[in-house]
Amino acid sequence: MIPLSHYLILSFIIFTIGIAGVLLRRNIIIVLMSLELIFNSINISLVAFSHFLQSMTGRLFVVFTITVAAAEVAVGLAILVAVYRQRKTVYVEELNEMKH
Amino acid sequence: MELIFFYIFAIFAVSSAIAVISLRNPVHSAVFLMVCFLQVAAIFILLRSPFLAAVQVFVYVGAVMVLFLFAVMVLDLGKERFGEHLHHQSPIAIIIIIGLVFVMGLGLAKAKLDAPIGKYTEAAMAKNTEVMGELLYTKYVFPFEVVSLLLLIALIGAIVLVMKERN
Repeated sequence: MIPLSHYLILSFIIFTIGIAGVLLRRNIIIVLMSLELIFNSINISLVAFSHFLQSMTGRLFVVFTITVAAAEVAVGLAILVAVYRQRKTVYVEELNEMKH
Repeated sequence: MELIFFYIFAIFAVSSAIAVISLRNPVHSAVFLMVCFLQVAAIFILLRSPFLAAVQVFVYVGAVMVLFLFAVMVLDLGKERFGEHLHHQSPIAIIIIIGLVFVMGLGLAKAKLDAPIGKYTEAAMAKNTEVMGELLYTKYVFPFEVVSLLLLIALIGAIVLVMKERN
């Protein structure tokens, strides 16, 4: 039997790697991939809690999370393609029109 | 025995996640992201959720990865030049990440699991998928419908966003 803390530490490490990817990379596709890593780490901890608390809610929540993540990727990549057509760049710091 | 498998999956998952954020070619990142998703599916099997593992393989490794690779091909991105893949906010970002690791590690170290244990024991979990399907269509039918509506909206939104205006 693997203790709960192992799963939580694994989830924590992947979450931190995902946050690092979002904050450090310039390429917006890699930023979206890091978001997927964060989603996956949260899924691991939800299923682990659901397994160790002997409840079904966490597992069902993961089904909904995966659905929302799929929708997010579809819309995010569509926005990315639309932006690339206009601006010809995928670097996050060159896409700062909304800031000013 | 189970622990050995857990360590194998965990080490592969973490190292491929690091490869995703550190490689310079987006196609290589996408392939390593796929490896990471497969390891997470294996960990779901260790947690006795075969249905979620199958969904993970279908949705993430199938659909999401195809979307990512398609986007990389459509945008025709080359390899980034050396020193160009990190941006100049990196020092602040690294400080924020170290702070996050500290706070979350403290939370993990001090946390104590104190919640009521549910009614689904190991024996009841043997029919995991059936229980999930039953709950999805009885107790959680409203969120299920909302999420299907959300998928429809995302589908239409994605089509509208990439459609070229004709005039």
